[in-house]
Amino acid sequence: MLLFNLIYDPWPWYVAGPLITLTMLLIGYWGKSFGISSTMRTMCAAIGGGKFSDLFDFEWKRDIWNLVFILGAIVGGFLTSTFLANHDLIGLSQKTIHDLKLLNIEINPGLVPNNLFSWEGLFTLKGFFSMVIGGFLVGFGTRYAGGCTSGHAITGLSNFQLPSLYAVIGFFIGGLIMTHLLFPFIF
Amino acid sequence: MKLIKFFFLGLLFGVVLSKAEIISWYRIQEMFRFHAFHMYGVIGSAVILGIISLQIIKRNRIINVEGNLFGFPDKESGFYRYIIGGSIFGMGWALTGSCPGPMYILFGYGYFSFGVVILSALLGTFTYGLIKKHLPH
Repeated sequence: MLLFNLIYDPWPWYVAGPLITLTMLLIGYWGKSFGISSTMRTMCAAIGGGKFSDLFDFEWKRDIWNLVFILGAIVGGFLTSTFLANHDLIGLSQKTIHDLKLLNIEINPGLVPNNLFSWEGLFTLKGFFSMVIGGFLVGFGTRYAGGCTSGHAITGLSNFQLPSLYAVIGFFIGGLIMTHLLFPFIF
Repeated sequence: MKLIKFFFLGLLFGVVLSKAEIISWYRIQEMFRFHAFHMYGVIGSAVILGIISLQIIKRNRIINVEGNLFGFPDKESGFYRYIIGGSIFGMGWALTGSCPGPMYILFGYGYFSFGVVILSALLGTFTYGLIKKHLPH
C-alpha cells in the first residue's frame, strides 16, 4: 500500500524545487543556459522565420539541444500519465475551488478543466480565450521579456539578475490582473 | 551522442513537473489567488538552492564540460521590455495555466489540445519578431 502511494501520489514542493535546481545546474554544467521559451524562437528560425525578422536569423542548429530537452519533457509527461499517476481530483485549496465554481469553471479529475482545454472547448468563447489567446500571449510575452519561468524566475533570480526580477514582477502583474480583474468578464 | 543527455534530463524534468502538479491549470490559479503555498514552495526552494549553488560554483571557479568557467550569461539591461513583456506573459500564464515547459509536458501527458496552445504560442513569438522594432524595450 505504501509503495503504491509512493508511486501514484503527487510529489510535494520540497521534492520538485530541488530537482528543478538540479536541472538548471546540469544544463549549466553542460555549457548551456536553462530557458524553455527559447525553443519557440528556435522553431520559428527552423521554419525559415529569418526571412521575416532578424530575431529568427541565427544559427538555430546550435540550439537543437533545447529541442531535444523538450522532446524528453514530452516523453516524461507521457510516462507519468501512463505509469505514475492516479488521475484523481487534485488536492486543491477549498478557497480556490469556491472561487472557480463562482466562475462556472469545472473542477474535474486530472490536471486541467476539460471544458476549457479540449477540442469541444476550442469552439467556445472561453475555451478559445484559454487556449488560443492565452497561448499567443505566452509566446509573445516571453519573447518580449526575453524569457519565461525557467529563464528568468529560476535561472535569472538564482544568478542575481535585476532584469529577471523586473520580469518576474511583470509575470505577477499580468497574472493577477488576468485572474482577478479579467476572469470575471471572460468566464 | 552529446544530445542524448539532454533528452534524459528533459524526461526527468517532465516527470517532476507532472508529479508535483506544476503543469496543472488549477495549481496556477491557486498560486495567483494566494490560496496555497505549493507553487511558491516549488519556485522559492528552486531559487534559494540555485542562489546557494551558484555562489559556491562561482567562488570555487568551477569549470564546465566545455572547459569554460561555469556561469550563466548576464541578461541585457532594460526595464520596459521586462515589465511589459513579463505582464503580457503573465496574462497568458493565468489563461492557459501553463508556461512554455508545461505546455509541452501537458501535450505528452495526453492533453493533445495543448497542441493548439503551443501553435498559438509559436504564432505569438513570430508576431513579436515581426513588430519588435516598434515596441519599447
